[in-house]
Amino acid sequence: MKGSVGKIFTIFWKDILLEIRTKEIITSVLVFALLVLVIFNFAFEPETATMGLVAPGILWVAFTFAGVLGLNRVFAIERGNSRLAGLLLCPVDHMVIYWGKLLGSFTFMLAIEIVVTPIFLALLNLPLLLPRLILIIVLATLGFTSVGTLFSALAINIRARDIMLPILFLPIVVPVVIAAVEATVVVLQGDPWGDMLTWLQIMIAFDIIYLVVSTLVFQYVVEA
Amino acid sequence: MTTWAIEVEALSKSFGNNRALSDIDLKVGRGEHVTVFGPNGAGKTTLVRILSTLSKPSTGMVRMDGEDIRSDPAKIRRRIGMVSHETFLYDDLTVYENLKFYGKMYGIPSLEEHIHEVVSQVKLESRLYDRVGILSHGMQQRVSIARAMIHSPSVMFLDEPEVGLDPRAVIMLRDVLESINTPERTVVMTTHNLKQGLEMGDRVVILNRGKIVYQASKGDIDMANFPEVYEHYTGTAE
Repeated sequence: MKGSVGKIFTIFWKDILLEIRTKEIITSVLVFALLVLVIFNFAFEPETATMGLVAPGILWVAFTFAGVLGLNRVFAIERGNSRLAGLLLCPVDHMVIYWGKLLGSFTFMLAIEIVVTPIFLALLNLPLLLPRLILIIVLATLGFTSVGTLFSALAINIRARDIMLPILFLPIVVPVVIAAVEATVVVLQGDPWGDMLTWLQIMIAFDIIYLVVSTLVFQYVVEA
Repeated sequence: MTTWAIEVEALSKSFGNNRALSDIDLKVGRGEHVTVFGPNGAGKTTLVRILSTLSKPSTGMVRMDGEDIRSDPAKIRRRIGMVSHETFLYDDLTVYENLKFYGKMYGIPSLEEHIHEVVSQVKLESRLYDRVGILSHGMQQRVSIARAMIHSPSVMFLDEPEVGLDPRAVIMLRDVLESINTPERTVVMTTHNLKQGLEMGDRVVILNRGKIVYQASKGDIDMANFPEVYEHYTGTAE
């Protein structure tokens, strides 16, 4: 178990190091997410009732599509030089590879959200630190990336993977995105904790179910 | 304990309606070097992928040191090293970082020592801290050999390692491959290069359309006439 955790972090650190060198995921995804926020900000006047209603949707549209863009890259870096075969030849359970890649995609997406969320809140003239929003983002991102990492591995050998990934993946993550949007509405309107409890429970249940299912299914996805 | 490093029995592999391998029977002794020849599409890479646990057979059985490779693939993979025409390396990491990554994945103790040892075997000490992407393809293949050697495997699979290399790099690669050959290490190599394959193998197998059509020990082969034998069994020249 200790050895597996070490190998999960070895894969994670390798992905971080590659990203530091290439900046492929962070740059493209961050620019995309910021563009979505800016464009929507021009479409709706801040401090209007409409903005209050659509703002959570805008935030999660930005995160969802930016996330898909990033997830496309998670396993794409293992494609060239048959690097995936190199990983699969390592004497580890394939679930170790899944968790290493999941940790990477979760961290990359969270890094984007850490930059984008304060800008989003500033555009809405809201306080920059909303602890309840942080909780929602962490839970939703975990669910999103747990499924996304699996589908990224599935898409690696599909010719039209850039198109196929969102088509296959988005219907599966709809529950967690809806729960995140609804919980964000509660936070932005300043409603009590109790109002978002159901949505938090949905996100937690989604996270647990898909972490377990993806871990078990991953080996069948990567084996020919 | 069985004397066979690798035993393949009635192995078949299909992709949909396409039968890539058909009823393959092959036994490779410990320390034996077997060369598998065959034209494109003969099934060489499919065979190596199955032997190295990267792919599952449709039917049949593969044993390594008497153990079914599907019983505990992670344990089997610890004994395997693989060099293919693809290097499995990350272009944006240095030679050292690539070897360290794979070394950690194999759980190698005293890894630093091992890295320097394998890098010196492939004669790339001076390029240890260069990014792999800036090295020539020939040098990358030597790094790939160092990667495959990092855990001192008892079985090496060489899947057309010379593909894409210029003649000078092929000679260099052959020298490196010969230097890593030890009497205890079992080697299965696939290649188009008849000369290199004959030099390196103790036994020769010709695969055509997913079937073994010819097998002979090196001592039984008339080297000068082998290109004709190859053409006879495959219908194609080298």
